[in-house]
Amino acid sequence: MNEIQNDPWPSWGLYPSALNQSYQDLLSRLSLIPKEFDTILPRGFGRSYGDTCLNDHGLLLGTSRLNHFISLDESNGIIRCESGVSFDQILQLIVPKGWFLPVTPGTKFVTVAGAIANDVHGKNHHAAGNFGHHVVCFELLRSNGERLICSRTENPEMFFATIGGLGLTGFITWAEFRLSKIASAWIEQEQIQFYSLKEFFELSAQSEEQYEYTVSWADCVSNQSDIRGIFMRGKIASPQAQDNFKVHALSSIKTVPLFFPEWILNKFSIRAFNEMYFRKNLSEQRTDIIHYDPFFYPLDSIHHWNKIYGHRGFLQYQFVVPYKHDSGKALAQILDILKRSQMGSFLAVLKTFGSKKSEGLMSFPQEGVTLALDFPNYGPSLLKVLEQCDTIVREAKGSVYPAKDARMSAESFKVFYPRLAEFEQYVDPQFSSSFWRRVK
Amino acid sequence: MKKILIIGATSAIAQEVAKIYAHEKAELVLWGRNTQMLDIIAQDLKVHGAAQVTNISHDLNDLDAHEKTVAQVWNQLQKVDVILLAHGVLGNQLEAENDLDELLQIITSNYISHVSLLTFLAQKMREQKSGTLAVISSVAGDRGKQSNYVYGSAKAGKTVFVDGLRNRLFTAGVHVINFKLGFVDTPMTKDFKKGPLWAKPNLVAQGIVKGIEAKKDTVYLPFFWRFIMLIIKSIPESIFKKLKM
Ligand SMILES: Cc1cc2nc3c(=O)[nH]c(=O)nc-3n(C[C@H](O)[C@H](O)[C@H](O)COP(=O)(O)OP(=O)(O)OC[C@H]3O[C@@H](n4cnc5c(N)ncnc54)[C@H](O)[C@@H]3O)c2cc1C
Ligand SMILES: NC(=O)c1ccc[n+]([C@@H]2O[C@H](COP(=O)([O-])OP(=O)(O)OC[C@H]3O[C@@H](n4cnc5c(N)ncnc54)[C@H](OP(=O)(O)O)[C@@H]3O)[C@@H](O)[C@H]2O)c1
Repeated sequence: MNEIQNDPWPSWGLYPSALNQSYQDLLSRLSLIPKEFDTILPRGFGRSYGDTCLNDHGLLLGTSRLNHFISLDESNGIIRCESGVSFDQILQLIVPKGWFLPVTPGTKFVTVAGAIANDVHGKNHHAAGNFGHHVVCFELLRSNGERLICSRTENPEMFFATIGGLGLTGFITWAEFRLSKIASAWIEQEQIQFYSLKEFFELSAQSEEQYEYTVSWADCVSNQSDIRGIFMRGKIASPQAQDNFKVHALSSIKTVPLFFPEWILNKFSIRAFNEMYFRKNLSEQRTDIIHYDPFFYPLDSIHHWNKIYGHRGFLQYQFVVPYKHDSGKALAQILDILKRSQMGSFLAVLKTFGSKKSEGLMSFPQEGVTLALDFPNYGPSLLKVLEQCDTIVREAKGSVYPAKDARMSAESFKVFYPRLAEFEQYVDPQFSSSFWRRVK
Repeated sequence: MKKILIIGATSAIAQEVAKIYAHEKAELVLWGRNTQMLDIIAQDLKVHGAAQVTNISHDLNDLDAHEKTVAQVWNQLQKVDVILLAHGVLGNQLEAENDLDELLQIITSNYISHVSLLTFLAQKMREQKSGTLAVISSVAGDRGKQSNYVYGSAKAGKTVFVDGLRNRLFTAGVHVINFKLGFVDTPMTKDFKKGPLWAKPNLVAQGIVKGIEAKKDTVYLPFFWRFIMLIIKSIPESIFKKLKM
């Protein structure tokens, strides 16, 4: 338990712990990979939950000094920057100029390389695909000193292995990607309550055409027989009279200073939270104009919110399963298992992925419905339940997201990622991670 | 358009200050010793909006080059609105206790090079009768303690020099400001364990630019270090000398 606390380089879930990790920053994008370590893993902001950003007994090679922009084409919306530049930094630069990130995860505290290595997705997956779809090219530094410019036409095998490549194919030094144009920094958001999976799928089908962003919060712990939740859909609002291209504030950041006691989050408080969250919408439907910051990054206003789970840490579980052919049977089965197990999830996020095919050999997104859950680290009983869920995901030909994983078995990994053997030939011989050694 | 000279421009804190001026579309001259890093930083500043960036690559401890390099800066900028002196090294205190080279390295990097530069810069600023000279110092200069008194004494000496210079240049309309920084999370302090007192370089940089605009004389950054140092300075030496700090 104390190991987690003392590990200066934990993952976001604070579980599992890693022992004897060394940390070094690459001094500049022109530097070489240090030779004296057996294993190396590039490290961004450590916003991955499980162990894809951990390297037990090895070196974490940091990107914090690679935080420089290289060029910005303001008329065509193409940006080139070093790999450790964060989405936070990029938004500060581009929003006032009328541009936005093409795809963004639920936190702006991620690096460009981290976003590539997990080929991250956002609320606009059905419209825009993954982050990787918008990457034009990048430079990959290999442990033998080689520098490869990778794009869809130059070193394409390395390009597709590195997008979603979990930091294993080499060190990305810089990347170039396309931005999306916005009319304002504001979102027209609609929130609609739903009372069944069927309603959720109907709302998704109706909304995907007209709304660039969709996501739902689901209550998986209530005593209702079916699932209930709030469907949120949004589009970039038309130009506003005031603060049209307003950038998010820096100063409002609060920090969770200490680890919360572990009893605070239990199945009763989790149920109460979910009840309250569901009721926050006084009517069944409401529309607001809100800034992009609370819309995309609701959790960013509290730094280190991960500490509310206490020292034991927590686990995320995110899977995707096809649903169109069977009206979401696999999803319903998993929800049923979770409900029966009484393992409460504080926040459950439900979303449909569109049909745009992922390009990375190891990218997670595929057409289907995805559910992301987080659980306090309940220990072996939780691991058993998640293993049962994996079985259903396997049968349904779905997949589990490595960026949030701390526990999937090597067998499951092979089934979820059928191009694994092909991928392995591009892994840099000096690169590895705790995750990779666990599932390989 | 503001014209800015940043000395020790590869410093993490200096880079953040330069970015703020780049946003204001300033013209900048960057002076440091790492040519490759200066190029990387200049590119970054242009993306941030800088009107023009010129690099001067020269070791700042090469005192003989100071006078002509300062002249070169004025050739480039004609008039300079703000000068920031940011370079420095933390050095190794234990080594410096036995090794003259390390001792002089710390003193030269944090004191001698600064006062030499300030002397030539002051001449130019006095001639142009305007502008601000901003110097980065440290709370370590407020009281000597065993863990870093070599570094601290250099910063303390600089503080006295800067105070005197402020007094001298006042009538010429030139402003001189000393920033006393607390713990900042930068490459200089990468081996320290970080805690709640640690500040990020971008926040410190905001404080520096604000202080320059407000024409302050001495500024502690973050502000709470003023109070921490008040307390530390109030401990009687008879007790302080026994403490392990
Ligand atoms: C609140 C929150 C919400 C999130 N929401 C989403 C979401 O909606 N969608 C989603 O897809 N993900 C989401 N995530 C996960 C997050 O987007 C990913 O884990 C992301 O990769 C983290 O980026 P990072 O910079 O922190 O990288 P890290 O976590 O430090 O590293 C991630 C991977 O990138 C590799 N890497 C880092 N730098 C380099 C480099 N220079 N070269 C090569 N490889 C490198 C690492 O080796 C590692 O494999 C969320 C995370 C949080 C905390
Ligand atoms: N970080 C803190 O906690 C802290 C606290 C109080 C005061 N300060 C002061 O703040 C200033 C900036 O430091 P920082 O924290 O930003 O650390 P930093 O990033 O390490 O910056 C120090 C810079 O000084 C440069 N430098 C040193 N000697 C030089 C020389 N002879 N010629 C040219 N450049 C030289 C270094 O250049 P190279 O990269 O080429 O080595 C480096 O870029 C320093 O004066 C430091 O003493 C820092």
